[in-house]
Amino acid sequence: MPVAFLNFMEVTMNGLMAGVLYALVALGFVLIYKASGIFNYAQGVMALFSALTLVGIMEGQVPFSHLINAILGTEIHHFGWHINAFFGILFTMVVMVGLAYCVQRFVFRHLVGQEPIILFMATIGLAYFMEGLGDLMWGSDIKTLDVGLPQGGSLAIENLTVGLAAEGARYYGMYIDKLDMVATVVAAILVVALVLFAQYTKQGRAMRAVADDHQAALSVGISLNFIWILVWSLAGFVAIVAGVMWGAKSGVQFSLSLIALKALPVLMLGGFTSIPGAIVGGLIIGVGEKVFEYQFGPMLGGATENWFAYVLALLFLVFRPQGLFGEKIIERV
Amino acid sequence: MFYREAGDFKTSYSADNQTFPIRFDRYRYYLVLFVAFLVIPFIINDYWASAILLPFLIYAIAAIGLNILVGYCGQLSLGTGGFMAVGAYACYKFMTSFPDINIFFHVLFSGGVTAIVCVIFGLPSLRIKGFYLAVATLAAQFFLVWLFNRVPWFYNYSASGQINAPERTVFGIEVTGPNTEAWAVYLFCLVFLVGSAIIARNLTRGMTGRKWMAIRDMDIAAEIIGVNPLTAKLSAFAISGFFIGISGALFFSVYLGAVEVGEAFGINKSFLVVFMIIIGGLGSIFGSFAGAAFLVLLPVLLKNVLVGGLGWPTDTAAHFEFLIVGALIIVFLIMEPHGLAQLWRVAKEKLRLWPFPH
Repeated sequence: MPVAFLNFMEVTMNGLMAGVLYALVALGFVLIYKASGIFNYAQGVMALFSALTLVGIMEGQVPFSHLINAILGTEIHHFGWHINAFFGILFTMVVMVGLAYCVQRFVFRHLVGQEPIILFMATIGLAYFMEGLGDLMWGSDIKTLDVGLPQGGSLAIENLTVGLAAEGARYYGMYIDKLDMVATVVAAILVVALVLFAQYTKQGRAMRAVADDHQAALSVGISLNFIWILVWSLAGFVAIVAGVMWGAKSGVQFSLSLIALKALPVLMLGGFTSIPGAIVGGLIIGVGEKVFEYQFGPMLGGATENWFAYVLALLFLVFRPQGLFGEKIIERV
Repeated sequence: MFYREAGDFKTSYSADNQTFPIRFDRYRYYLVLFVAFLVIPFIINDYWASAILLPFLIYAIAAIGLNILVGYCGQLSLGTGGFMAVGAYACYKFMTSFPDINIFFHVLFSGGVTAIVCVIFGLPSLRIKGFYLAVATLAAQFFLVWLFNRVPWFYNYSASGQINAPERTVFGIEVTGPNTEAWAVYLFCLVFLVGSAIIARNLTRGMTGRKWMAIRDMDIAAEIIGVNPLTAKLSAFAISGFFIGISGALFFSVYLGAVEVGEAFGINKSFLVVFMIIIGGLGSIFGSFAGAAFLVLLPVLLKNVLVGGLGWPTDTAAHFEFLIVGALIIVFLIMEPHGLAQLWRVAKEKLRLWPFPH
């Protein structure tokens, strides 16, 4: 096989894996949007917050230590213990459920029946709030997150693919990150688990009922409050997974919250209400931007990844306003 | 007692239709103009100009522009930062290509260029609505910032990739460059702000504004009663873009002087202006002023209290500021979705009786 083709394949593979990570974030959006009609801009910051919390818990940092030091003039930083990754993630989940409760209790309960755009704005406010809270609690320095996931390129694939190129061609095999492969597997498991949960459990069924019609769900005795807390907790859980993956990949830092912005075009492509849509959209965006950057990036001055996803989604929407798998938008006066 | 319409008789249609029909409002407006034009320039100093007044004036123009699009026409845009960048770079290109023309016209022209760009990115709004449109405008934000970063023509092939405002004068007084006087730049921006506010106010209470509001309230219904959605939406994008372009041009040329596009016109700038109009009040010109003033003053105030008063480290204070701004947005949406403008309206209602009980 010619080297150019192999390179192209490598780019596509990497794009697919990046797409899986986008899809992970987009999933959280879809969950909340389906169940409550809230377009949750704060999903990316939730991923950042959960990753920060996980690192903080594992390292035994004192929450708000900078604030406490500033007010009381003390010099505290760490409790001095280390917790392993499993319990760390468990505690983080507890924190995210608590957060879900607070969000529901103090913000969205007061905004029931408001226009969607107001709810969207509220989630932007929430994003700012959580960003400030996360930095205030755990400090804003870049942290490394190590939960025992493999790092670096996979040697096996590199060796395997060297043989594909023609003899004597200067080809050294494909570089594929082990972490990306793990992320792909985890994302697949997560999606299957979510679908099973939604289809076959009592709570899942109630969740779908709420997504279908709030009023009807209320009238058959489903507690909207409970379902919304559940949904936000689930989104928090997805955020932890996304946070762990991205955090292990590029360190826990502010830019983590920007992946939420990347998830938006993914959603637009896939449709806001469709879980498979989020996955397919993620893959399309991931592959699309990597391939575009590979083919046309050098010609256009590079870093086209910044905007390609948005422009693609924009052009796509002009022809299909509800996205690939979204429900058809019907408007009546 | 002090604020009332009793005894204020109108004898002509034009008197009845004026912007401030109540006499007290009118006098207050003249007083504000008097203070802004004839008092502040004499007492202004560099700190006040650069920390509070200039950002306030410039952001207020951007907020008026965005308020026309979001508050009056109902098309949510998250691309304000990108459009401000268009204004800034257009102004830079005009300033360097045509140095003989007065900078006043450069700023106006860059507003025009931004209006055109804004219309192009507004075209999808005819098909896409609501959130989808908001996300689509993000395409503008990221694409434009990337464009100004990567295409050397826009920054005149300078090595640093920055753009620097050359020195330009109005009536022989410098308004851009390093040697400006605080009062001169203040007045220069003020003229644009007052002009924008008057134009916006008159547009929104005329037929154009009513069309926008009809589109905002329900676009299909508006179309049925004879509002052309194409012209209504695109005119909102154009006029909004014009004001946002002016504010971007002023932000670059008068306020900052040197700009690195990703830093000055990033996504955060878009959100900042959106927050201004939410806190100030959607669909209100006064709200744009109030929101801009609030979000310009808040960080300065917090910084003075937390860093200056309590001695916190600056980074902790900055995080705390994020927390406060986020919480304020939520509180405002819950307590007063119509923003500071609504509070002002309520206060005026109360003032009609005060200090008497009935």
